[in-house]
Amino acid sequence: MYAHMVKSEATSEDPEMLAAFQARIDAGEKIEPKDWMPAGYRKTLIRQIGQHAHSEIVGQLPEGNWITRAPTLERKANLLAKVQDEAGHGLYLYCAAETLGVSRDEMTEMLLDGRMKYSSIFNYPTLTWADMGAVGWLVDGAAIMNQVPLQRTSYGPYARAMVRICKEESFHQRQGFHVMMSMVKGTEDQKRMAQDALNRFWFPALMMFGPSDKDSVHSRQSMAWKIKMNTNDELRQKFVDETVPQAEYLGLTVPDKKLKWNEETGHYDFAEPDWSEFFEVIKGNGPCNKERIAARQKAWDDGAWVREAMMAHAEKKRARKLAAE
Amino acid sequence: MSKEWPLWEVFIRGQHGMSHRHVGSIHAADAEHAVKNARDVYTRRNEGVSIWVVEAEKITASSPSDKGPLYDPARDKVYRHPTFYDIPDEVGKM
Repeated sequence: MYAHMVKSEATSEDPEMLAAFQARIDAGEKIEPKDWMPAGYRKTLIRQIGQHAHSEIVGQLPEGNWITRAPTLERKANLLAKVQDEAGHGLYLYCAAETLGVSRDEMTEMLLDGRMKYSSIFNYPTLTWADMGAVGWLVDGAAIMNQVPLQRTSYGPYARAMVRICKEESFHQRQGFHVMMSMVKGTEDQKRMAQDALNRFWFPALMMFGPSDKDSVHSRQSMAWKIKMNTNDELRQKFVDETVPQAEYLGLTVPDKKLKWNEETGHYDFAEPDWSEFFEVIKGNGPCNKERIAARQKAWDDGAWVREAMMAHAEKKRARKLAAE
Repeated sequence: MSKEWPLWEVFIRGQHGMSHRHVGSIHAADAEHAVKNARDVYTRRNEGVSIWVVEAEKITASSPSDKGPLYDPARDKVYRHPTFYDIPDEVGKM
């Protein structure tokens, strides 16, 4: 889902070096920051890891919306911990990208001026508390499905960041499902809110895996480089197969009339999301695109004096220490 | 635009008597700030009892092209491993 927004860069380098590089990847070796790598590999990874990092950071916004309005102190503490994790995950990923020769500030500026994107799912609003359940359960569930295979990705720092993230993230999905479990056991209104949240997040969650493989032009190179481990359709199918029984457990209805267990394939058949909506949201026309970038821009601008003051203070301390020696 | 906070590498020693291990990096204005940030970013789940930070640019690393000259000499010295020496079973555990 982070790979599908990334155009793989063509590479025009010495074919022998390229072949040796590909052989290392095929042999399952990890590529490390100081190793030779094709310019296209480096560029594609910067974009993919950067966008993955931005998704973690922007992903804090729809949930941050509910921290002060959580229904209990326990739920508030849970949500706060989850949002803190997302900040941490963003930072792990920015650092992984930085090993490729781009700085975190550069990436932030590319996000703010639209050169870099983030996952389209975060452009949907979180309207009720039940959305916190649906986001944890479905959005984090889809993210985990994408991230688990990325632990084996060919670029060492990215793979290591993924290992840390996966270890921490399973609580995110479980707390979301837990919220849903309480909602469906509650009053009729609460149950209705849970169903409504599922209705609104089901298709956007399916879109997180990216367009169908037949329309995904950049998959092949990224898969050969082991930057992308599974096709979009494979992961989407896996997500549907795992999530439908969970919805049944909750007593909720997946909003898809075509959804049906297929005895022959051993998988669910399901309806495609509306891809024109997906491309509109990517283009910047989703319900919350402007709000999200405005929030990031405000945080960046409002934080500028803090960043500068910290540096000035550190430099002053250093100068003083030097003078005392 | 202001200068970006420098990058620091973070090493953490866990609970079980192992040595410090590299866990990742963070940005910070100075060493004290780096320890604070490392604590927030890398020990949210009680992962460590001790943190080291070192400015990334102060680290000297071997280069990948030295891989041959540095490590090949060790490759053919199998007699450095205990399994090179056949000891009869009747001698018992050694």
